[in-house]
Formats: sequence, C-alpha cells, structure tokens
Amino acid sequence: MSAQLPDDVALMDGASALPRDNGELAFSAPWEGRALALAVAIVDQLDLPWDAFRQRLIGAVAEAPDRPYYESWTVALESLVVGLGLTTPDELDAATPSVRRPL
Amino acid sequence: MNEGADPHDHDERDHGHHDHDHDHDGHGHAHHPAPLAQVEARVAALESVLVERGMFDTERLDAIVANFEHNLGPLNGAKVVARAWVDPDYKARLLADGTAAIAELGFSGPEGDHMVVVENTPDVHNLVVCTLCSCYPWPTLGLPPTWYKSPAYRSRAVREPRALLAEMGTTLPDDVSIQVWDSSAEVRYLVLPERPAGTDGATEEDLVARVTRDSMIGVERL
Repeated sequence: MSAQLPDDVALMDGASALPRDNGELAFSAPWEGRALALAVAIVDQLDLPWDAFRQRLIGAVAEAPDRPYYESWTVALESLVVGLGLTTPDELDAATPSVRRPL
Repeated sequence: MNEGADPHDHDERDHGHHDHDHDHDGHGHAHHPAPLAQVEARVAALESVLVERGMFDTERLDAIVANFEHNLGPLNGAKVVARAWVDPDYKARLLADGTAAIAELGFSGPEGDHMVVVENTPDVHNLVVCTLCSCYPWPTLGLPPTWYKSPAYRSRAVREPRALLAEMGTTLPDDVSIQVWDSSAEVRYLVLPERPAGTDGATEEDLVARVTRDSMIGVERL
C-alpha cells in the first residue's frame, strides 16, 4: 500500500472517529501517531477488513468512555494482535520498555 | 519498594509483570525529562514485537506517520492558493486544469484525481458540497470536517446556501451570487478565495498562513 490513510480509516464516525483539528489529524503525543500507523499497517499486511479493528475500537471506547481516545485505541490494538495469535500479553510485558527510546 | 534504587527498577520488566506502577516522578528526581506513560510503553512493545516478527519494518511505520503529519492537511491547499495569488501564470494553469497545476506542487493522490478549482470574485462566491456522501479533496484539504458530512449541510448547501453560510458566520451581500458545486467521486472542487485586502506586500509564505480550510470549501471569506 501507499502511505495514504485508507478511506475506511479516515471516514470512521461516531465514537470511533479520529480526533482532528481543522481537518488535520490531531495527535497530542508522537506515540498516538505510532499507534494509528500500527493498526493501519497490520490490517493492510494481513489483508483484514478495517472493521476487524474498528469493532474492537468501538468496544474499547464503550467500556471506558472517559479514557483518552488513543488509549482505547491501544487497548483495541493489543486485543487484535493477541487475538490473531501474533503475540501474548506475557511477551508484550517482557517487551515493554521502561525508558523512552531516543527520538 | 526499594525507594533509593530506581535505576534498578528497570530490571523489573524481565520478570514479566508490570501491573504495579513504578512512578518515577514520585521520587522527586525524575530520570527522564518526561516519564514514559504506560500506554506509550505499550505501543512501543507492540511495535517491537511485530517488527521482530517480521510483520513490517520500522521504516514503513515512519512513512505512514510522516504521511499523516505532513501530507494530509489543509496546508497543501493553502500552498496552492497562495501560489495562485502571487503567480498569474500559475493561476491560469490552475483554473484551466486543477489536477495538473496542483500536481506541479507535488500534491496528488487517489482522492485528488480530478480537481476543479473555482475562483471567487467580487460578484461570485463558490461553495462546495457533496450531496450524496462526503467526497472531498484529501490531498489538498486533508480530512473533511465533521459538519461536511452532515445531512443538514449537504441538503441546505443546495437548498438555501445563503442562509446556511450566514449561520456559519459568512454573511454575503445580496449582490454577490452563490455558485454551489456538488463534488462526486469523479470531480472534486477547491475554492480559490479572493486574496485578502491589504496583503500586497506579503510574501507567499505569509499568504499560505492566511488561507483556511473553510475558505477553500467556500464557507468562509478571507
């Protein structure tokens, strides 16, 4: 794929709509963009329907409506990746850094 | 908790569990300029596991992020407009073949294949809508605002554009006629707003900053 944001990602509405400002995607920290790119890349790489992720995102937003959007996004992302058998929560725990990688 | 030995806390990850919080901030001598939030660390873990698995490489993610940040936004459209204001030849090309002239500046893509640029004049104001869905020129304007997709905007832009514009904060004099353009999958429209008065000495870069997304959709005058 190109690096373009696919239509079905950009046009999500309701609770799953991407936060935006003056039409541009709004990120409050770089990791949020990273989380978005990860979901787009996984879905593209495995040729999944975007809805496979979106349904999990809607569920994650619904279970904690006050949680920041990209935190729910990350919960959905982990659920997708673990659900696909690509990794396990234990493996993720082991890979979780305690210091930020130099930018 | 071994209060005095935070550097060693980092080894905790090797034990595989991270559900108890290590709040480095709480010690009053943070090791990092900004503490690594749990969610940020989790995203980093997801990335490293998937990259290690060979799902994709880090450069691919970099490219996707760079595209979100730099290549999808109203700024591209603003550059087109500012160039047209300062360069009459470019403006002529832009109005004759929008797609080609916009591509000259490096902006193109699947949602910008057939661009038509319509020029505001003292007598004519242009307004863009997509009555059927939400067709929108992404490469130049980024993602559509939420209201652009609303049924109210889509129907009223055609039925009563003058009242709609007034409600959105743009009251047009009665002697200015309104031309409404219905975008579709085949043709996407971009409004070329009038250059604001009093900008004769402005540089092209200054002018870019004056152009808003809404002015290029036609719901605002500069």
